Amino acid sequence: MRRFVTKQNRALVSELVRTDFKLRYQGSVLGYIWSLLRPLLLFVILYIVFVKFLKITSDIPHAPVYLLLGIVLWNFFVEMTMQSLSSIVGRGDLIRKIRIPRWIIVLSSSISALISLFLNLIVIAIFMIINHVGLTLTILWFPLLLAEIYLLALGLSMYLSAAFVKYRDMNYIWEVILQAGFYLTPILYLLSRIPNLTFRKLMLLNPMGQAIQDARYAVVTHDTITTHKLFQGGWYEYIPFVIVALILVGGVLYFRKESKYFAENL
Amino acid sequence: MSDDIVIKVDNVSKTFKLPHEKTSSLKSAVINFYHRNRTFEKQLVLKDISFEVKKGEFFGIVGRNGSGKSTLLKLLAGIYSPDSGTIQIDGRLTPFIELGVGFSPELTGRENVFLNGALLGFNRKEMQGMYKDIVKFAELERFMDQKLKNYSSGMQVRLAFSIAVRANTAILLIDEVLAVGDVNFQQKCYEYFYKLKREGRTIVFISHDMDSVQRFCDRAMLVNDGKMLFSGKPSEAAILYKRINFDDGSGADPKDLAAAGALGVKSKDLQIELTDSAGKPTNTFTPGQTMTVRLNWKNDSRVQFLGVAIHRDDGLYVFGPNNVSDKRAVQEGHNKAEYKVKLNIGTGQYYVEVAVFGKDDSDKVYYNPQGPSFSVHNPADWQGITELDHEWIMK
Repeated sequence: MRRFVTKQNRALVSELVRTDFKLRYQGSVLGYIWSLLRPLLLFVILYIVFVKFLKITSDIPHAPVYLLLGIVLWNFFVEMTMQSLSSIVGRGDLIRKIRIPRWIIVLSSSISALISLFLNLIVIAIFMIINHVGLTLTILWFPLLLAEIYLLALGLSMYLSAAFVKYRDMNYIWEVILQAGFYLTPILYLLSRIPNLTFRKLMLLNPMGQAIQDARYAVVTHDTITTHKLFQGGWYEYIPFVIVALILVGGVLYFRKESKYFAENL
Repeated sequence: MSDDIVIKVDNVSKTFKLPHEKTSSLKSAVINFYHRNRTFEKQLVLKDISFEVKKGEFFGIVGRNGSGKSTLLKLLAGIYSPDSGTIQIDGRLTPFIELGVGFSPELTGRENVFLNGALLGFNRKEMQGMYKDIVKFAELERFMDQKLKNYSSGMQVRLAFSIAVRANTAILLIDEVLAVGDVNFQQKCYEYFYKLKREGRTIVFISHDMDSVQRFCDRAMLVNDGKMLFSGKPSEAAILYKRINFDDGSGADPKDLAAAGALGVKSKDLQIELTDSAGKPTNTFTPGQTMTVRLNWKNDSRVQFLGVAIHRDDGLYVFGPNNVSDKRAVQEGHNKAEYKVKLNIGTGQYYVEVAVFGKDDSDKVYYNPQGPSFSVHNPADWQGITELDHEWIMK
């Protein structure tokens, strides 16, 4: 571990993240305010569509916050994997000309995504107060669930960023997968609307489905269907974690193998 | 690795796969994809390269464009990894393959300084300590809050360079591109190289400019077509390099030239050594210092004529006396001589030509057209090629 957390590496990550952030709102009038404004506006739209038109409020308590939390977590997953996917190729000049540990580039793009996630969570916290969401002790689980999503996204990012160097089709493929994932994960709809029980179970074996539902359970309402509830104990409920672990290890190994040849394949 | 060796390269080879991208139609692309027989052209860039660099050495790698020298530098930097062979590096290393890597045109000069500093391994606090000096050295005080895209290319290079010289690792890999730009900037680069040399840092310097290689390097390696042709004195590498570049039509294989033992110079029979006035071997002098050229040849009764000429590396013939016109005869049995000369000459890279002849130059007993080289560095005081006797009279 000492080998990775050196003074040089820390300086590098912090500068790369700063640069990312500065460049992101480059030339926009409102600048950093957009990081907060975007989730706010998103929330307004969701509120109008789902609460005023579709009236799902009756099905679940605190529906707007419930929905928003799912969307924010999913958006984080999308943002982090998409940004990381192109991070190595995007920083090709560095990789071809100087010696820095390659994983630092993926790590710093993941940290940029984490920062926007935290800004989004601030907005959620505000709406929780407005919506009078009662906090329970289960909120202590929330950081662990965030860590789970982060590690899943990190594993995928390692895999995707390395593969993108060789196969430039990766970003299109991944976009399609993310689209499919968006509908296969109970983000915009309630899981209780899925009549087929096997289907429900399958959807909650997906780590993203499990993590989002658990996060809603921990933060918003205990009425949420979670993997644990659905499987009523038993070892099946650990499958999502096993998937996360496998993806992470596989991603790191693949990245390590491929990173030797980044400079010449770029 | 033994103590004083910091870079050890052992039998390193590198091949690049260049894909033949002739997938003109979607159909053939699909077929190729399934058949997995996309053709590659394998290009052997480096073959069985081995060398060592000692601590504190200024090591040159020379070769023509496309000879593989840049690939070698990238291998040393850890940017590429070798197909076979090993590279061991002892200590932290900074590669300079290009100036201003990672510069972002949309950021201000100031922000770019911190980003670039991080790439050299400095954290924000350290950079804040150096920031003022960096800006001052680049002479860009008024422009630091402007975006980099509004800088002229000269300004960008200046900024990049003044950050680069802050690199404090024990080993530096420097590509020749560093010394591009106007004369003023080149001078700055050269001063930087001298400073690095004085500090005893280990430098690997890549160039096809033989002048700078001869000026700075303690040792040089010649790479041609991915193979190591020669490794040794920079002056000898320079001769060989010129022969490869300007093929004299003799059709001589460069390899044979290299094998001929330092280019036809029979160094065993005629030894030439440069020392300072105290008798210590050296090859760096300042103007006004006395250089001693020690000659030591294999006894030969024919020897009557000794000549030592000084040439500047750009071909300027500086000075060349001989013992006959100076009326110092070589006696029977003599096989040593010392030639002392006061170097009233300006900054530059020079070499000696040594003739040990019989009656005249038709009888070349021993001859070295390009012997040891030395450099003269003029710290200040006067400019020009030579110091003439002079005097000021105020009235």
